[in-house]
Amino acid sequence: MTNVIEARGISKDYGTGASQVLALHAVNLAVERGAFVAIMGPSGCGKSTLLNLLAGLDRPTAGEVWLDGERIDELSEADLARLRRRKVGFVFQSFNLIPTLSAGENVELPLRLAGRRRRDARRTADRLLADLGIENRRNTAPAVLSGGEQQRVALARALANAPDIVFADEPTGNLDSVAAREVLGLLRSVRERGQTLLVVTHDARVAAAADRVVTLRDGQVSTETTLGAVRQVAQLLEVGQRS
Amino acid sequence: MRELFLTLLTGRSAYGYELRQTLEREFGDLLPTLNAGQIYTTLARLERDGLVVGQDVPEDTRGKRVYMLTDAGRAELSEWIENPVPGTRLKDEFFMKLVLVAGAGLAEPRRLLDGQRREYLQSLRDLDNLLETRAKSAAAELLVEGAILHLKADLEWLDLIEQRIPEVPSP
Repeated sequence: MTNVIEARGISKDYGTGASQVLALHAVNLAVERGAFVAIMGPSGCGKSTLLNLLAGLDRPTAGEVWLDGERIDELSEADLARLRRRKVGFVFQSFNLIPTLSAGENVELPLRLAGRRRRDARRTADRLLADLGIENRRNTAPAVLSGGEQQRVALARALANAPDIVFADEPTGNLDSVAAREVLGLLRSVRERGQTLLVVTHDARVAAAADRVVTLRDGQVSTETTLGAVRQVAQLLEVGQRS
Repeated sequence: MRELFLTLLTGRSAYGYELRQTLEREFGDLLPTLNAGQIYTTLARLERDGLVVGQDVPEDTRGKRVYMLTDAGRAELSEWIENPVPGTRLKDEFFMKLVLVAGAGLAEPRRLLDGQRREYLQSLRDLDNLLETRAKSAAAELLVEGAILHLKADLEWLDLIEQRIPEVPSP
């Protein structure tokens, strides 16, 4: 099994001298192709920092980051941007939708940047929005959309180029339980399509959908848990009866 | 189980198997399977305590009894209805295991916590799958949602325990 994401002893600190803060300390992580991995941990444990480093949005102070067989922490900004466009989809906690573009145009943007024709990009965007049940919002500005709708547009944009690797930072943060369940369904479908998925979350329900849950504490990997195939009702009742 | 049976016998008499059918209709297979033995033991105890009265049905050659509520049964049921179900959950098998096993030096607390966290996450995965994949009654769906909320609280509790226990030096 090949690792599509790999962190080799990466550290990250902010500031200098006495005010230096160590956000991550010598973290190793390997994610095989097609896996769904969740990163959990208390606020300030370094989980968003780790995600940003792995996605090439930030550079480590020490260590190496490899994406799909390529070392990315030493790439130039231009090469990094190209690689991200080609292979990576990113769902930000704050959605980061472009306010002057409609929902549909936001989804089309990565496709246009990748050189797809306008009509082709539009067709793909429409299909993604329909998959997410928000096709009627295509011409709406992000500011008018609900939190759940914005999150779905952000997800559609991240998936537009069918990236090999999808990163998501708190994809259900600030969503009500109904919207959170929809987003969770989408994340499952990303995995089913064979894309690799790395999610930072404090939502145990999202983590439980992953194949592997990595817990960070104080900038270090504290535990790694591999989850198994779903157990059926009869088994659950047997487990429940003991307690 | 006693009170559930008293509830189901209000206003009508019933055979034991009818009680089981009603419970299965409400909760589907989310209720632990009740075998005939459990049902008839419960009914026999209720009868012994004077809360129900059983009657042989002459034309029933299998010797089945039909049960109905007594005044004492009605009184016990009213009391159960009037009082909320206890809310404290101080009994917890994992916590007792952690305190006693770790205290005796039989296992490292971290290993117990990690194992338990995995079990809760796996259960969360199983229950979420149950919600996504199976048609069920509204009551069954709420039951599962409740179990999910309890599991989320249990996971938070494990985090709290982990923060509070002193670091155990590794061997």
